[in-house]
Amino acid sequence: MSIDKEVNGQPGGRASASPPAGGGGKAPARPGQRGPGSPIEFRLDPGSGVPTYLQLVHQVEHALRLGYLKPGDQLPKIRDVVAALAINPNTVLKAYKELEVKGLAAGRPGQGTFVEATLSQIALPELTALGRSLSGWLTAAEGAGLDEDGIVAMFTSTLRDFYERRSGSHTRGGAADRGTEGVA
Amino acid sequence: MNVVEASGLGKRYGSTWALRECSLTIPAGHVAALVGPNGAGKTTLLNLAVGLAAPSAGAVTVLGGRPAGSLAALDGIAFVAQDTPLYKNLSAADLLHLTSNLNRRFDQHYARARLAELGIPLKKKAGKLSGGQHAQLALTLALARRPRLLVLDEPVAMLDPIARHDFMATVLTAMADDGVSVLLSSHVLAELERVADYLILLARGRVQVACEVDDLLASHRMLTGPAAEAGKYAQWPVVHLRSGEAQAHLLVRAGADDPVAPGWEAHPVGLEELALAYLREPGAAALPGPARSRHADVSEVTK
Repeated sequence: MSIDKEVNGQPGGRASASPPAGGGGKAPARPGQRGPGSPIEFRLDPGSGVPTYLQLVHQVEHALRLGYLKPGDQLPKIRDVVAALAINPNTVLKAYKELEVKGLAAGRPGQGTFVEATLSQIALPELTALGRSLSGWLTAAEGAGLDEDGIVAMFTSTLRDFYERRSGSHTRGGAADRGTEGVA
Repeated sequence: MNVVEASGLGKRYGSTWALRECSLTIPAGHVAALVGPNGAGKTTLLNLAVGLAAPSAGAVTVLGGRPAGSLAALDGIAFVAQDTPLYKNLSAADLLHLTSNLNRRFDQHYARARLAELGIPLKKKAGKLSGGQHAQLALTLALARRPRLLVLDEPVAMLDPIARHDFMATVLTAMADDGVSVLLSSHVLAELERVADYLILLARGRVQVACEVDDLLASHRMLTGPAAEAGKYAQWPVVHLRSGEAQAHLLVRAGADDPVAPGWEAHPVGLEELALAYLREPGAAALPGPARSRHADVSEVTK
């Protein structure tokens, strides 16, 4: 209680100093870590049905979107991933190759694999507006009697139809992404 | 280079063929999993490959054409048999000493560092170690020979989940470090998905499937749709069919781009589901066979 009051009672220095640090918010406790290791660790979900290499690719992409990974950061060393998860080294190699093909990472001989690019994001206001309209749709769906599973099923199947209608321009890589976006 | 090549390989015990007409090639650089029901001939095939048994028919070579069981072959192979047998009354130190004296090449430094890392006391007798430590000791003795091919017969069947994970992590780290190829037999289908990238299915002494896992998964789809229409896929290579009154699931050989009839859904299959489907249909032809190339496969499915 007393601490709260003290903080609230200081409109000056402290309050203005904290927002930039806390505002990033998504990657706590790892500010610009550039040590010998990688900022991220992989995990596996054996029940997801998503191939192992694809799970690794998605986790890197996810970390890029959320800012856990930045250009120049090192991805976990293949040997370390193998030792930690007991997975085939070829699987990690395949995931890193896929990231290289996507232009997100690049191998440096004798050093490892490093992040090359960040995932392009649309501007924040636009994202907020899209989120708001989706919330509106969710409210309508719930009002119509759909529960959460029903909403996910509806969304997934509509998403699939949406992309299938323009499937001519979509490759197999797109198909893999779509499947998991539906799951997520 | 192929780490194992068998042609027309067969083994007969008395009047029973444990393995017959086995022809396959396993390329280097993989973890190849040998899967099949009890009595399918897995251990027989492994014993023939490492030279512990002599074939009744055909031939098997390892590591680029060395006859199985020859000195040249034995130098490059390490084998850990089922239940990781060790002399129970010998300590870990004794076993290191013994193994190093019985082999032309043995990396004492690696073995001792590895055991220290695992916290396995050198003075303890092998029979007094926990199941996981016992298995790790046997594996360390095998890896310290610096093999090019590591052969494991049911390596993790008796281990608890953590010991199993640690054991496979040791195997796969050796693969990442030294490029050792691995051939293992296993019943634990669920764990193969993250470990194996080459699959050999054995049923009733014959090879059903021998193929890279990625190619195998890319060339199979599970189709789900109305049971009444299941017949329309009769001309497709159907591996396995499960059907209720209304709905049917068909595992077929088909690529991701193959057209699917209206009202039907196509899903990719996992390794476990696929292996189970084949194992339930021992008669299903030895599909993506060792002799066929990937491209030949695809064109055949899509036409």
